[in-house]
Amino acid sequence: MTRVQRARFIQTLAVGITGAAAVFIIAAALFLLVYIVVRGLPGISWAFLTESPSGQMKEGGIYPVIVGTLYLIAFTALFSLPVGVAAGIYLSEYAARGPATRAIRLAISNMAGVPSIVYGLFGLALFVILLDFGKSILAGALTLACLTMPVIITATEEALRQIPSDLRQASLALGATRWRTIYRIVLPAAGPGIVTGSILGLSRAAGETAPILFTAAVYYKRQLPDSIFSDVMALPYHIYILATQVTGRPDDIIWGTALVLVAGVTLLSVLAAAWRSRQRRKVRW
Amino acid sequence: MVTENQQTIRGSFELKDVSVTYGVETAIAGVSMDIPPNAVTALIGPSGCGKSTLLRCLNRMNDELGNATVGGRILLDGVDVYAKEYDPVELRTKVGQVFQKPNPFPMTIYDNVAYGPRTQGIRKRAQLDEVVERSLTRSALWGEVKKDLKKHAFELSGGQQQRLCIARALATEPEVVLMDEPASSLDPISTQQIEDTIAELKENVTIVIVTHNMQQAARISDLTAFMLRETMEAPAFLVEVGETRAMFTNPGDKRTEAYITGRFG
Repeated sequence: MTRVQRARFIQTLAVGITGAAAVFIIAAALFLLVYIVVRGLPGISWAFLTESPSGQMKEGGIYPVIVGTLYLIAFTALFSLPVGVAAGIYLSEYAARGPATRAIRLAISNMAGVPSIVYGLFGLALFVILLDFGKSILAGALTLACLTMPVIITATEEALRQIPSDLRQASLALGATRWRTIYRIVLPAAGPGIVTGSILGLSRAAGETAPILFTAAVYYKRQLPDSIFSDVMALPYHIYILATQVTGRPDDIIWGTALVLVAGVTLLSVLAAAWRSRQRRKVRW
Repeated sequence: MVTENQQTIRGSFELKDVSVTYGVETAIAGVSMDIPPNAVTALIGPSGCGKSTLLRCLNRMNDELGNATVGGRILLDGVDVYAKEYDPVELRTKVGQVFQKPNPFPMTIYDNVAYGPRTQGIRKRAQLDEVVERSLTRSALWGEVKKDLKKHAFELSGGQQQRLCIARALATEPEVVLMDEPASSLDPISTQQIEDTIAELKENVTIVIVTHNMQQAARISDLTAFMLRETMEAPAFLVEVGETRAMFTNPGDKRTEAYITGRFG
């Protein structure tokens, strides 16, 4: 082979390998999705979505399970969004570059790297036992909020960083304070990015089992939760229970539950993406 | 020291031995000059000679850069604007700024102009309407946009956007407007319009303009200050300041002559 032929061969090989990797990813994602839909769809019915489990989990629907997860996510959002967005604003707009800020950033990326089961143990120790919230929506949502916070902080910081410094300068030069500049100019422009990033963080929390294992989720509960101190059933934990603890359970129920969880999370991401692209068309620079 | 004359005509700066240091590096040093009211003062000089840095001292925008220290004294109508008790936020309502690139906010034309007055707490619709119309008229944009005040500012052309930014700066009724190469990103016709606007504005406000364009400085300014940084080791300084016509026909310093005749820079 001449040098040119060899170069051309390597070029073809590079296209082939990188392309194959891309195709593999798409195929894996598609397979996963299609498999869940095919296995789950037969179990989905109006009754499945609106009835409680019965017959020792082998019959009935998952209505309280869905409600439990919705409560958990709503309260997780309530706890993590204000703090996460505020911390992101502080880091992006106010914090001076220095060792303290570097330490905060390091802490945040460490928080993001902690395994979720460790958050579960942490939540058990702090919220369930020490603060005596018991196994409850409150304890579970606080634990999930710890898990989601770094994602929201990072998303907020990234979104704020996208806003040209021109705009901040223009506002400051008109006699606006830093805070007015942030809430009138910077935040509205960064809103779509913050919301999208936060929703991705929250949808990850929706699918987590480990953090709620000791802090919120129960095997079976007859009534719907009536306060934030109630324990709840939750989709990921329900799947885990069905898969490991219930012998002779029908496949339809377990795959149907999985499909509901995946569909819910996907719906959130799609809504976030659609909203963002609408905002993008409205605001550009 | 305030005389009756100074009360009616405001917006004069006195700079006394002004220096700017970023961290450990001194960018400009020893600048002393007077900026007269209701006139256009041009800051000229080659790239990196500290023109924009000096401009940003006048509305304390250097404060926002974190590590900048300003030495010497800068007096606006006799008051030291770097005094401890002087609030930079208040200063910036008296000293407006127009930037190099048009930077309207992502909102309507009306809201852009009303931003400054609203920041000062003006909420009455009629009052805001009046300020918006007056400011846009002064920046020579009113005729083009009076029917489209609810239009998004980004739908305007570059030149229109810059005149919008001038209107936005005028809406707080400043005594001084700082302009940092306001026409450098614009086409010749838009540049012409901006220059016409500046000529009309100086009846009521003091204008300090940084420009790279010698002809522009000669056309629009009453006073010209020439700045230079001779080596990277030494800070930039003010070579000379004087009446524009005298400076361009008979410069007092060889370096000024070399620069304005285009031998360097």
